[in-house]
Amino acid sequence: MNIYIQLAYLIASVLFIIGIKKMNKTSEARNGNLISSVGMLIAILATVVQVEAISLIDIFICMIIGSAIGLYTAYKVEMTQMPEMVAVFNGFGGLASVFVSISDYWLKSQEHVINIDIITVISIMLSVFIGGITFTGSMIAWGKLSGKVNGNAIIFKGQHPLNLVLFIVSVVLSVLAVIYQADYIYIIILTVVSFILGVLVVIPIGGADMPVVISLLNSYSGMAACTTGFVLNNNVLIVAGALVGASGIILTNIMCKAMNRSLVSVLLGGFGATNTSGGAAGGSDIVVKEVGVEEAAMLFDSASSVIVVPGYGMAVAQAQHIIKELMEQCEKRNIDFRFAIHPVAGRMPGHMNVLLAESNVPYDKLIEMDDINDDFANTDIVFVVGANDVVNPAARTNPQSPIYGMPILNADKARTVIVSKRSMGKGYAGVENELFGYPNCLMLFGDAKQTITKVVGELKES
Amino acid sequence: MLYVLVLGSYLGFELINKVPPTLHTPLMSGSNAISGITIVGAILATNELGYTTLSKWLGMLAVIFAMINVVGGYAVTDRMLKMFKKK
Repeated sequence: MNIYIQLAYLIASVLFIIGIKKMNKTSEARNGNLISSVGMLIAILATVVQVEAISLIDIFICMIIGSAIGLYTAYKVEMTQMPEMVAVFNGFGGLASVFVSISDYWLKSQEHVINIDIITVISIMLSVFIGGITFTGSMIAWGKLSGKVNGNAIIFKGQHPLNLVLFIVSVVLSVLAVIYQADYIYIIILTVVSFILGVLVVIPIGGADMPVVISLLNSYSGMAACTTGFVLNNNVLIVAGALVGASGIILTNIMCKAMNRSLVSVLLGGFGATNTSGGAAGGSDIVVKEVGVEEAAMLFDSASSVIVVPGYGMAVAQAQHIIKELMEQCEKRNIDFRFAIHPVAGRMPGHMNVLLAESNVPYDKLIEMDDINDDFANTDIVFVVGANDVVNPAARTNPQSPIYGMPILNADKARTVIVSKRSMGKGYAGVENELFGYPNCLMLFGDAKQTITKVVGELKES
Repeated sequence: MLYVLVLGSYLGFELINKVPPTLHTPLMSGSNAISGITIVGAILATNELGYTTLSKWLGMLAVIFAMINVVGGYAVTDRMLKMFKKK
């Protein structure tokens, strides 16, 4: 291959690395993204100059179609739909890897009828396998996040043995493909099997475990690109794929730690669904105190420090903008107003940060769990909006609880806790939240957006 | 090539460990866009003459999907990062 093309790929790889490095600082992150996209442009240009002039038109047409769809969705999507969006893009990356690998296989084994070396065949099969799982897995994740597929954990008998069997089948198929290269039936079956496996591994995982799934699928899409790099003998694919693969794994690890669960237990799934009998027997024996809108407004008015704990419920109720208004009202009264962000709040890593950034909350107001946990004790009001398990003191106190040991926000230590919640429903883990029964806890029932709007209205009048 | 893989992964681990939680979503969608690098493979696969071959058609489909991944990924990341403001 031409030395200039190699050089261009090298530059692209370096730009990807610099781009990701700049993601370490919020102020430079946007430039980082730009740099990484320039790297991509260079990689694409370096590839386009290698192709025959006659194919150029086909390539450009496809690129324009893809770009148009990508741009349109990227600008149309609501910030609350970001997890679905990331899932879909992931899936497309995986699917592209599948297509490229099969295409390469077909070209060599069926069109040119040449012998493919073992490493390449194995890479092709791996790429199809990982890419296939990434594709259907991401599609199911998208379905769950957008409510088109039941978001709860779906488990059935014999699920894990079935997965194991399918995995073994895939290995056997790969071996057969190595031996009987000319027979394309194996790669076709492998594609189908990997598609089925992708569905099966994601359906048992639901609700609050989604951040783990999304990060893991992100990692898979990188690995798929990486294996495609081995198929095509192309270093830029390997480097970029490895970067993404590693980043996904790290995020997955962070998410698991934040839930005090092992990756294996998340992947086996069924959390919550199997635990219904383990929680408090039947109905709630917790007595809660309700608070009205006016009283809540008075509490805010007389406080000197407020910490908001947002959760997935805030995203569902689209309450981020009205919370910003609440923040403005409080700051007008010189009330110290901050947000405490649990690492797994929401449905993907950093979900809450994006939503609050959308409503113009400065990012230095969003404090990480470890940095704010000691401050709860001298805070007047903790306002929990749509969060549940992440503030359940049972994680600290009750060894019998399924969430025992999970790091939580110490919201219960505050002088007053106000919980905005639609009803007394349980969190994802299916456990009673004993915080709601605490003497310092007040429940503000109703749709978060509506009730907070009323609270802000009261504050504006007073 | 294995060499490249190991170094690349190591670099990835080193770099991402330092990313603050605030940026986890943009990091994910940004790295997602990078995984669209498969576009390079897709373009090469499309570089086959004649529309009669499966290779060509799969390559063209791959170009479309990879391009959605790349352009959509970068665009949405930029849109998000634009919103992150300090006071």
